[in-house]
Amino acid sequence: MSGTFVGMPAFPAAAREAVRDTTLRGNLRHATHTIRAKRARAVAELEDWERLRQAGMRIKDRTLRHLDRYLVQLEESVTAAGGTVHWATDADEANRIVTELVKATGESEVVKVKSMATQEIGLNEALEAEGIAAYETDLAELIVQLGKDRPSHILVPAIHRNRGEIREIFTREMGEWGRPAPEGLTDTPADLAEAARLHLREKFLRAKVGISGANFMVAETGTLVVVESEGNGRMCLTLPETLISVVGIEKTVPTWQDLEVFLQTLPRSSTAERMNPYTSMWTGTTDGDGPRAFHLVLLDNGRTDTLADEVGRQALRCIRCSACLNVCPVYERAGGHAYGSVYPGPIGAILSPQLRGIGSEIDASLPYASSLCGACYEVCPVAIDIPEVLVRLRERVVEGGEAVREGNKVLLRPAKGHAAERAAMRAARWALTRPGALRTGQRLASRTRRLHPRTLPGPGRAWSGTRDLPPVPAEPFRDWWQRTRGGKGDAS
Amino acid sequence: MNSRERILGRVRRALADVPPGEDAAVERDYLREHGERTVEETVDLLAENLADYRAVVHRTDAEELPYLIMRLLAQRGPRYVLVPPGLPPEWMSAADPTRVHDRAVSTPRELDEVESVVTGCAVAVAETGTLVLDGSPDQGRRRISLIPDHHICVVRVPDQVVASVPQALERLDPTRPLTWISGPSATSDIELDRVEGVHGPRTLEVVLVR
Repeated sequence: MSGTFVGMPAFPAAAREAVRDTTLRGNLRHATHTIRAKRARAVAELEDWERLRQAGMRIKDRTLRHLDRYLVQLEESVTAAGGTVHWATDADEANRIVTELVKATGESEVVKVKSMATQEIGLNEALEAEGIAAYETDLAELIVQLGKDRPSHILVPAIHRNRGEIREIFTREMGEWGRPAPEGLTDTPADLAEAARLHLREKFLRAKVGISGANFMVAETGTLVVVESEGNGRMCLTLPETLISVVGIEKTVPTWQDLEVFLQTLPRSSTAERMNPYTSMWTGTTDGDGPRAFHLVLLDNGRTDTLADEVGRQALRCIRCSACLNVCPVYERAGGHAYGSVYPGPIGAILSPQLRGIGSEIDASLPYASSLCGACYEVCPVAIDIPEVLVRLRERVVEGGEAVREGNKVLLRPAKGHAAERAAMRAARWALTRPGALRTGQRLASRTRRLHPRTLPGPGRAWSGTRDLPPVPAEPFRDWWQRTRGGKGDAS
Repeated sequence: MNSRERILGRVRRALADVPPGEDAAVERDYLREHGERTVEETVDLLAENLADYRAVVHRTDAEELPYLIMRLLAQRGPRYVLVPPGLPPEWMSAADPTRVHDRAVSTPRELDEVESVVTGCAVAVAETGTLVLDGSPDQGRRRISLIPDHHICVVRVPDQVVASVPQALERLDPTRPLTWISGPSATSDIELDRVEGVHGPRTLEVVLVR
């Protein structure tokens, strides 16, 4: 994924840094708790929520299980409607396609709708390297871009910034990129939004090329859908002469009717609204309305590898609502940056290691960035069983095994740093299948309990560094059972 | 092998576990509409949900409509008002500002000089408080309801009102460019405080006309 995250420390180290930052924790706590309560109210309004959720799951599963057919159908529909379809196996190829398309227009700047796919492939950096300026136009993305920062939330990328910090960034940086912030800018959200409006409007009005992602692509009709709130999306999708959309192949839905499910579940899950303020739908090009040229870049970049895992595949159902981030106790404390990916939170913990593989330290640590509490599964509008996939990935990390990388079957070796865990598991299996040895061992542990250290030596040190060792009881449970109630039962 | 074949090949290999011949239509046991309402109540719900997202809602009849539009424009005092080519002329018959027609050659910068726009709509969704524009002659190009700061949208009730999102999609033609509007432009990007008006119209006035 994006080069921005290269060299990230593993999750535990990054999270340790983040939880020390009290401003960050305050900003996050405020934001996640606000949205959590609102979401619960918005969902409660629909008595058939659970049925919508199941339908969303079924539609996405249907798509994924026949993705080849739906992609071909999508390509036909988009082409018939006047669009051009490109296929990109990885980030480099997608970036190359987009760069060439922009260069062919003769333009050296583009306006962008907030898009996870283009973040994932590091498109802005790739364009910059070719002398093309890419302007983010979503308010939060603008804050991140001006602050030379990284996004930390799927939906609200600047969730880790408070109004004071945003004012400071606008005042300092806007002039470098275009229209400077107004004199005497205050830190009220209305004032900050107005500054963004003025700054960006001059860019919208002169833009000749727009770049977007999409929330959905309808195979049957070739329709693309972008949901948003601010209107920056509508600006980028309708004012430029050329529109380039970079979309992950899993964003396909089979039919027009399928949208009725997601247009009900997505807004309520993400911003807790009955409906987001603006939704744009376009099918190829329309004479006299909107861009004259439309290019769709279908992106793989690890998605087909993810599809190959029968358990992990469900991560591709994700509609990027971010409800799982907002309920996650780990995300709330560690923040989005600790996940080392454009996909933070619980969904990131299962998506990033599958899209990128578990070769790096950060990706091998992500399946552990969870308490397995299950809150993420409960709120997910497409019922992704995130804990199930986390456990699956932990197994991969510890045990290794078969996986698919870049279309090829590979045998993964167990990740480094999990030797102690593997040894402990092997020892446990040995003891638990030998009752006699277990009994002897437990009795021995009880008798020597006064001699036990408070922390573990050697490779166990890291584990006991953040936990209290459980005290060993004076008598093993099985002996106690024999001596008390269990024993009585035998006598009667 | 080109990338298209490579990706499709990878997808097919990844799905080796899927039995051939599978793929049935998805079972849809969710509701087509939430709750039972009379036509009148559905219109009331639309008004309520529009207002909840800070749209300003007015009600009138066909006879009074031109005077209401005149008053709404007069309150803002624009010199020019943008109108789509097929807007019923009687709607604007009492309005003072000069009408500006959106022509293909007009640049976005020219349209940026116009403060208000008046359009019709294709369908309105009561449960979500949503107006859908489909580029018909009384609604015009997508950009006209986007660039001006003040949008007056006229909805014919009850004919153009449906209860729910599924009912709205049934009525719409996917080959047209569609814009769904639920209240004025808004952002919650700063500490999740909702602020109206970032890039689209900051004021949305909806006229429900009988």
